[in-house]
Amino acid sequence: MKQNFGSFVKKESLHILRDRRTMLVVMLIPVVLMILFGFAISTEVNNVNVAVVASERTDGVHDAVERLSQNDYFTFKGYISQDEVDAYLRSGRASAVVIFATDYDRRAAQAVAGLPTKPIIQLVVDASNVNTAGSATAYLQNILLGSASAQSMFETRMMFNPQMKSAYNFVPGIMGLIFILVCAMMTSVSIVREKEVGTIEVLLVSPVRPVKIIFAKMIPYFVISCIVLVTILLLARYLLGVPMTGGVWGIFSLSLLYLVLSLSLGLLVSTIARTQMAALLISAMVMMMPILMLSGMLFPIENLPKFFQVVSNIVPARWYIDAVRKMMIQGLPLVAVWKNCAILLGMTVVLLGVSLKKFNDKLE
Amino acid sequence: MVAIEVHNLSKCYGQVKALDGVSFSVERGELFGLIGPDGAGKTTLFRLLTTLLNADEGSAAVDGLDVARDYLAIRSRVGYMPGRFSLYPDLSVEENLNFFAALFGVTVEESYDLIAPIYKQIEPFRKRRAGKLSGGMKQKLALSCALIHRPSVLFLDEPTTGVDAVSRSEFWDMLSGLKEREITILVSTPYMDEASRCDRIALCNEGRILGIDTPEGIVRGFDRRLYGIRAKNMFALLERARTATDIVDCYPFGERHHMVVDDGFDVERFKAQLGDVEGLEIGGVEPTIEDIFIKLMKR
Repeated sequence: MKQNFGSFVKKESLHILRDRRTMLVVMLIPVVLMILFGFAISTEVNNVNVAVVASERTDGVHDAVERLSQNDYFTFKGYISQDEVDAYLRSGRASAVVIFATDYDRRAAQAVAGLPTKPIIQLVVDASNVNTAGSATAYLQNILLGSASAQSMFETRMMFNPQMKSAYNFVPGIMGLIFILVCAMMTSVSIVREKEVGTIEVLLVSPVRPVKIIFAKMIPYFVISCIVLVTILLLARYLLGVPMTGGVWGIFSLSLLYLVLSLSLGLLVSTIARTQMAALLISAMVMMMPILMLSGMLFPIENLPKFFQVVSNIVPARWYIDAVRKMMIQGLPLVAVWKNCAILLGMTVVLLGVSLKKFNDKLE
Repeated sequence: MVAIEVHNLSKCYGQVKALDGVSFSVERGELFGLIGPDGAGKTTLFRLLTTLLNADEGSAAVDGLDVARDYLAIRSRVGYMPGRFSLYPDLSVEENLNFFAALFGVTVEESYDLIAPIYKQIEPFRKRRAGKLSGGMKQKLALSCALIHRPSVLFLDEPTTGVDAVSRSEFWDMLSGLKEREITILVSTPYMDEASRCDRIALCNEGRILGIDTPEGIVRGFDRRLYGIRAKNMFALLERARTATDIVDCYPFGERHHMVVDDGFDVERFKAQLGDVEGLEIGGVEPTIEDIFIKLMKR
């Protein structure tokens, strides 16, 4: 019976290859998302216009402004007066205004010397985009109080991603989303298609166990997902410059586990849905929304209401994204995220078990 | 030897009784037809016999195997062609055939002699996608696929629905050919004219079997005289004829009305009772299976 398993896989691959449009979409979505999230949709501070208010243009002020204008992320828009601050921010001529206190040099020296001092720089930031405002503020503080000792005044410390590069954060999120899309959605649709077209009747009235046919279905999708995985990792490394210090193989192995989990999820959907449309909707609504909202992809889990924090525990993408972040950005090895691995493995076993049990070799 | 044995089989979908205590048996090598309109329960019966569904009541055996207990064994012995086209439209003729061969663990070469009379007709198109075939060719391919593992019993659910008249006739010729190979065939059709090509037929309606016999036997069971009448105004004719004496039944039948009459019926008296009807024609006709069907349904 080995040889006929091969022909099932072949048949499934033919289905996929003949459906060029879907194939193209599957291959392009990851690339588009990576570029979109990596470049266009970013919370990164870039070209933030900064104006400066300084009653005395002392050497200290000059130094600080010099550092600011030389920085790629900020554009120095010139000195303005205290009265103009509001107008500048409102009109958008500046997104942030730096106001130096009088007697800046002396008090800065005090601060450097470690003496207690009142705030000497006021930052007025356009917070209409919260994300940008947050990162801009933090980064501005870093630049303005350039010398190391002065930074001790601030509690803010940004590790791993001092420039708050959003790509680093998004790549794991995109991976968590894409594999669910490709594996779960496409396998469920392709299994449900057999039900909808009626070929399932012919398949069932044969000596081959349906489980075997289904596993044969999963293999081509698994292969496609692996190609997508490699594409994403290459894009992340060479296009977005994500460090991946934790070792590519660790990320790869964890992703393979996540692929199997997504495939099992697709199988489960296919046992519930009767039409391809239903399968699509279930995949899109029931799976994508939680991934977007509850996985930490877009919003930190700590910021969610308590209830959703609890719910997020059952979202597989949460554990996967968390682990990939740790490995990609913090550079931890696979061993360090063993807990996530164990949870994902457990989920896979449960999902696979439930869906195989639910999968009927009769029509009802 | 009995190939299919059905005893008091019932199946409900919710409140709807799709099959209501059906019993019959089919001999080995027999071409057995299920004749009945849509909703008669034919498809349900096929699904029960091919072990796709479980019966609510009753029992059935295919090839001596119980459909409930030995369903896995049955699945490798029967060929099934569902009512709608159930092949892969995006795969070519050849790829479909190869896939179904692999499904049953055989090769196309092993069964080529059996399918050749059918497959030869579509072989010139073997590279064509199945979805692009004509209705008749699709049926031939589906039949080839259903036969690929040399089944002992073949289930064909409305194989000629949606197929042109020539292809339909060809299809029945093929079935007669298969019969010679000792393959038992259970075939359903809503077309009464196809019934005569079966060895025996069962007339079914609303989940019940109304009668089982050879096509000739069924027709012989029509114990009354039958007349065909027509006139210019067919509707008025129908209305008036129904009120005449010694008329058991009168119903539209193609381009004339069929009129079932009692022994006391007299043509001249009937004409007199109709009065002045423009272009009246009346003559005795031979009953067909459809007449029997109408008679059985009204009982």
